[in-house]
Amino acid sequence: MTHTPHRLEVINASIGYGERIVLRDISFQVPHGARVAVVGPNGAGKSTLFKALVGLLPMKSGRILIHGLELGLHKDCVAYVPQREEVDWKFPVTVTDVVMMGRYGKLGWFKRPSREDRAAVRESLEQMGVAPLEKKSIGELSGGQQQRVFLARALSQEPHILLMDEPFTGVDVTTQDATLNLLDTLRERQVTAIISTHDLNLASNRFDFILLLNKRVVAFGQPGEVMRQENLSRAFGNSLLVMGNGAMLVDECCPPDEEERHD
Amino acid sequence: MKRNGMIDWLLGPLTYGFMQRGLAASVMVGILCAVMGTYVVLRGMAFLGDAMSHAILPGIAIAYIFRGNLLIGAIVAAGVVAVGVGLFSRKGNLKEDTAIGILFAAALSLGVALISTMQTFAVDLSHILFGNVLGVSTGDLWLTAVLGAGILITVGLLYKQFLVISFDPVLAATLRLPAELLRYLMLLLLALTVVVSLQTVGVGLSSAMLVTPAATAYLLTRRLFPMMLVSALIGALSSVVGLYLSYYLNIVSGAAIVLTATMLFLIAFLWKRLKT
Repeated sequence: MTHTPHRLEVINASIGYGERIVLRDISFQVPHGARVAVVGPNGAGKSTLFKALVGLLPMKSGRILIHGLELGLHKDCVAYVPQREEVDWKFPVTVTDVVMMGRYGKLGWFKRPSREDRAAVRESLEQMGVAPLEKKSIGELSGGQQQRVFLARALSQEPHILLMDEPFTGVDVTTQDATLNLLDTLRERQVTAIISTHDLNLASNRFDFILLLNKRVVAFGQPGEVMRQENLSRAFGNSLLVMGNGAMLVDECCPPDEEERHD
Repeated sequence: MKRNGMIDWLLGPLTYGFMQRGLAASVMVGILCAVMGTYVVLRGMAFLGDAMSHAILPGIAIAYIFRGNLLIGAIVAAGVVAVGVGLFSRKGNLKEDTAIGILFAAALSLGVALISTMQTFAVDLSHILFGNVLGVSTGDLWLTAVLGAGILITVGLLYKQFLVISFDPVLAATLRLPAELLRYLMLLLLALTVVVSLQTVGVGLSSAMLVTPAATAYLLTRRLFPMMLVSALIGALSSVVGLYLSYYLNIVSGAAIVLTATMLFLIAFLWKRLKT
């Protein structure tokens, strides 16, 4: 069988913390350069999925393949943009320091950043519109600026797969636009982007695929196929409100996922 | 005449060999503790540092009883403690601070029990608890210098890796850093630092030398590397000033050093308050 290897294949994976399994037997395949929205109610396991994809949580069973190889055999091809509350904003690092960390994977253990690395950092800073802030401590920035710094870091990492946990939650319009622009840039570079969001509109309009998640894969496919009433009510249960004219509302908003707070 | 007086005041104590060695040891320890202390402060390991210093006590006591080298006894104990704490604090059944608390108390008790079998109990215990900077031998000084250089070189070589595991464990995972191994190594470096500091400030005060200069530097700087430098400077300065105070005021040197560091912290704290 000859097919172009998918960028990312998750095959019958079960993932959890300690004894507790959060995601059970999930499978999906994301092709080259696609843009995937991960949608589901709170506690559906979105953050857990991301933690497994970066290799932070071991899998109970199943496999995750990147370019046909087991997770962990590729160094540094997955970049992760954390949720804001996951970062210690009082840590003494500047904006440049943070973005430079994105280069560490390419640098080798005992090398100092080269001119090339500094140029890559500079370019990422400019692209995300945070270059004027380069010497500031990260704690001095506004929430939106902080997120853009971490987007710049992901960019400087030159990843094949970019994971973002709730980048559209609680940010200003500039940052939301910057994030969406970044996604377009990444598409040009054939980077696969996997993004969790509560914004169903954005998921339907700006993404190639939607992964509807609630402890397992409820549906995966193009937005038109996934965003059907039967799928959504299976994922969201009673939080889904269907209006007389066929419009659907999800009655839930955006506290961070609970399941990640236990480690 | 007045200038001569000042110079005499500064040089006077240094006419004694034991004061020269004491000063050299204090400065080295001040710098070492201050550098490792930045990680202690940033990673919230203050309690761990404290626990470690106490847990080393049995090793020292055993070396004392068998007339071995105290530093080597402490190094062996430190290795055991670093691995023990690492094992306890892995995703285990107990919360980390509980596990450390148990280990800490048990080791301290064992140490005191061992020391109490000695005839010179009171003097020995006070040296171990509060340091005996004037008893530093040339051999101790060399061992301190070699260990200190080893620790600083390791910190320098692994600067990026330690930064990433401290600031962003998730990035460490995506970069496939051996985070667990690096964490153990950091614990081991911390343990060795505590060992080296025993002679100057003792078991009781070494955690202060880890935390206070680094906390002061944290108030004054915004990046990790400058924080280390400023912390080292404050550590060294506290050691020098503290030792002179101890000489002229006739107080225990470890306490004088820690109190000097505390004064500098208070000054930095007030300065920062006034500025904002």
